[in-house]
Parts: sequence; structure tokens; C-alpha cells
Amino acid sequence: MNEPLLWTTGLSKRFGGLRAVNDVAIRLAQGQIHAVLGPNGAGKSTLINLLSGDMAATSGTVLYKACDITRASADRRARLGIGRSYQKTNIFPAFSAMENCRLAAQSRAPRILHWFSDALADAPTCAAAERALHDAGLADCGTQPASALSHGEQRQLEIAMVLATRPDVLLLDEPLAGMGAEEASRMVDLLRRLRDHHAILLVEHDMDAVFALADVITVMVNGQVLESGPPEQIRASTAVREAYLGSEVA
Amino acid sequence: MINAKRIAVGAALIFFALFPFAGATFYTELVTKVMILAIFAMSLDLLVGYTGLVSFGHAAYFGIGAYTLGLLAPKYEAASLWTTLPLAMIAAGLAALLVGLFVVRAKGIYFIMVTLAFAQMFYFVFHDTKFGRGSDGISLNFKPSAAIGGWVPLDFANVLHGYYFVLAAMVLVFLFLRILLRSTFGRALQGIRSNEHRMRSLGFPVYWYKVASFTLAGGLAGLAGYLATMQFGFVNPEILSWHQSGNVLLMLILGGLGSLYGGIVGAFVFVALQEIYSSLTSHWQLLLGSTIVLLVIFLPGGLASVGARFKSTLFGSATDE
Repeated sequence: MNEPLLWTTGLSKRFGGLRAVNDVAIRLAQGQIHAVLGPNGAGKSTLINLLSGDMAATSGTVLYKACDITRASADRRARLGIGRSYQKTNIFPAFSAMENCRLAAQSRAPRILHWFSDALADAPTCAAAERALHDAGLADCGTQPASALSHGEQRQLEIAMVLATRPDVLLLDEPLAGMGAEEASRMVDLLRRLRDHHAILLVEHDMDAVFALADVITVMVNGQVLESGPPEQIRASTAVREAYLGSEVA
Repeated sequence: MINAKRIAVGAALIFFALFPFAGATFYTELVTKVMILAIFAMSLDLLVGYTGLVSFGHAAYFGIGAYTLGLLAPKYEAASLWTTLPLAMIAAGLAALLVGLFVVRAKGIYFIMVTLAFAQMFYFVFHDTKFGRGSDGISLNFKPSAAIGGWVPLDFANVLHGYYFVLAAMVLVFLFLRILLRSTFGRALQGIRSNEHRMRSLGFPVYWYKVASFTLAGGLAGLAGYLATMQFGFVNPEILSWHQSGNVLLMLILGGLGSLYGGIVGAFVFVALQEIYSSLTSHWQLLLGSTIVLLVIFLPGGLASVGARFKSTLFGSATDE
């Protein structure tokens, strides 16, 4: 296995008495898709929030490229190369799809004092945005306002924006939710292609997609890791079957 | 459609350029005042309309710019434009920077209240200290002028010089903001207004963008304040009061938030309504208030959106900008 890019030790998040994430150790390596499964309320989204910096951990550490980023802000983590998508579409509705991606691409070089140069004249940023739109299957929708896109297309835009930031780590919170069959299979192909150059954490309820893509699967229940290993091991595990999978993969 | 807009802008510029020759000095001075308020309104639009920061204390920076000239003006000669104007903008910008470092951490209603609190603080500094010369304020013995060697191309004791200088400043501020809003910085500000949370998760240091926007808006408000002292020849604490902060917000709402024309149109309509209503009745604020309520109900995009609305009813497509 490769050196992990992003890993945690003893990561916990408490909301009052509730341990939403409890003592989780997880390792994301380049060239791997690491799927996280679990019933609703298992702590999957909270885990992503802790990794992306949207929430601060109660205890434990998050390490990225051998640096401790447990206390780093969300925007700093994003600039370091940790990109995330949201379960609930989180875009700029009034802007065009292209501008959504262009802003995302611009984030890698914020240039807070560039007041006089036209943003659209910055060729590398615009090219990155175009590529991200194309990769996510939205090449023809660039000029449309994001609010005019269909629900499935907005989900694709959500992914395109993450890609436009050119991250090393991708934290994807249910990327396939709300997509049609055709878009979903396109997205599965895209994730397969992204695997080589990224470390990917995938939270997803579509079991077919998870077992088709994942190199490692971690199953969470009540904020804790129940079992972690290659798909065959998870499929064979009786504990997992009892806790979560039920008859679905029998 | 773009051509129609260009013609309208061209016509407006010609109108402004020729206006002083058409009317009495009273109207030239009135339009000068309106153009100063338009600069003030545009500076606030950068915050409210483009960054999503509703400041209810913007008069503070207008006032600091105004007082800078009042305090720097020598007793027995005209102040030099070359030094006092940049210093006024720097002073207002610096004050906005210091305040901005604190206030942009607050959100929504809290931001409104904190900006108001800081503005009130500045108000009382000028109102209640010897430094600000109290509630009477400061009168200029001489209006500023700009000299190059022995030649004095601009002497603001001359109403026309003041008018054209303010007109040029208004056009320059408009162009500056237009370029700014198309830059990477300006587009990031608009992203923050639209979805601050996502901007942060994309990697933008949102805090510093807001501080920069607050500082810039303060500096430009300082320019407007400087011009006000230059125009009226005196400055008193009332120009920092919360009424002034409220008035400039009303101008923006009248004209239309998030459109640079909105600030200019709003300033004109606001002052025009004020003049007309106050000539009718001493309860003119009642009329002004009702007009604003009606406008907000029937024209939520402000007066600057009239063109786009007209277009969309005629041609059935809503195209902004």
C-alpha cells in the first residue's frame, strides 16, 4: 500500500452527550478509493466535515502529507489540496456553470490584491474550469445559470467544482445521489479515472457503485469503525452483514 | 441592446458636462452634492450589493474623510488638494481597516449592529472632544486648491471647478469599481455574497476578502467625505451620524443594490424627492418613507432595474447587466 496522503488517529467529535464520531482511524492513499459505509446517523458526513475542516474535532488528529492539520481552517485545507463535495448541493445558483467552476479554479491562487486584471483573461484558470466541466459531463452547459440546471446536472456541477480546484484528496459525500442512471455510470467512470492521481474518500449509498469502485471499505456504526478492509472481506463479514448490509448483498 | 445602454450613458455624460451652463448656481451646487452622495452610495454598494455585508455605519468613513480635510486645512491659505485628498482617503481607509478586522467576523444582524456601534463611537469622538471641535464642527477659511508650480488649475472656491472635479471623481470611481468587480478579487467578493460557506470550502480566505472590501469601501467613502467638506466649506459631526448611514442605504435600495448605476440613480432620486417633498410639506419624511416602501414593494430591484424589466416584458427575456 502507498504512503497515506491523509490519515487520522483517534478522531472524535462530540455533540453534547452524542459521540457522532468516536475514535476513528482512517487512511487515504493516492491511487485508492476508500468507501465509507454505514446506516444513516453513523457519522459518515461528520467524518467528512472533520477531514475538510467544516467542523473542528473534539479530540484526535488529522494529518495531511505528514503535517498536523487538526486545527487548520477549512479554507486552508482546501488550499493545501483537500477538496470536498456536499451531499446537499452547495453551489452559486445565480452564476453560470462556468463561473461556478472558474471561481473554484481561482481558489488555488486567491490573488487578493489583483484588482485590475480581468478574471476572464486568466487563461490557466479558465482552462482548468473548462476541463472540470468537461470531465463532469457538463461541457455544453457552461453558459447556463447554475439555478437553471436540472437536479442531476447540479450534482455534476458539485463534482466539477471540486475538480476545478485541482485537489490531491477528494472527499465526496454521496456524489451519485440524485443522478440518473446514465450520469451515475458516467460519474463511476470518472471516479475510476481520477483514482490514479487522487486519494478519494467516497461516502455513497449506491452499493453497486461502491463495490465496483472501492479498493478499501470502512463500515461505520454509531460513530465507530465496525470493520475496515478490502471489499471481499467486508462482503464476507458477518458483523457487517448483521449491522448494516442485511440481505442486500446476501 | 448594448448600444441603447451606451447611448443612454453617453447622453447622461453630455448632460452632466453641459448642466452648469443651463441652470443657476444653486442647481450646479445641488448636483455637485448629489454626485458626492452618488460616490458615497457606490462605495457602500461594494459592501452591501457585492460582498453581502450590510453596513449600517458607513457614514463613519465619509465623516473621517470629511474631517481630515477640516483638520488639515491651514488657517490662512488654501489646503493643497495633492496632499489632503490622498490623506483623507488613507485616513478613512485605515479606520475602515481597523474596524473591519473586528466587524467582519460578525454576521447578519450582528454585523449591522457592530458597524453601527463603531460609527457611533466615531461620531462621539468628533462630537465630544476638543480634537473634533465639538458639535459646531470646523469651517474652512479657504477652500482647497490644486497648484502645479505657480499655476492653479483647480480652485474649489470656484463652483464650476468643484462641479467638474466631483463629476470626474464620480466617473473614475464608477470605472474603478467596474474594473474591480470583473477582476479575480471582485468576482470572489460576489461569490462570498452568493455563498460564503462554499467559498470557504473552495479555499478562499473569506475573512481577508471581507476586510479588503471593507477597507476599500471605507477609502472611497472617505473620498466622498473629503469632497463634501470641499464643497460645503465646513464639516460637523452630523455627517457621521446614523441618519447619514441610513440615508445612504436608502439611496442604494431606491436605486438598486448590486448595480453601480443604482448608487448614482438612487442618490439623484433621493435628493430630488427630498427637495420636492420638503417644498410641499414640513412632514416630508412621511412622504419620502411611503415612497420608499412603495418602491420596495413594486420594484424590488430598485430603479436601476427598470430598464431590464421593461426589456423583459417587451422581449420576454430577463437579461441583467
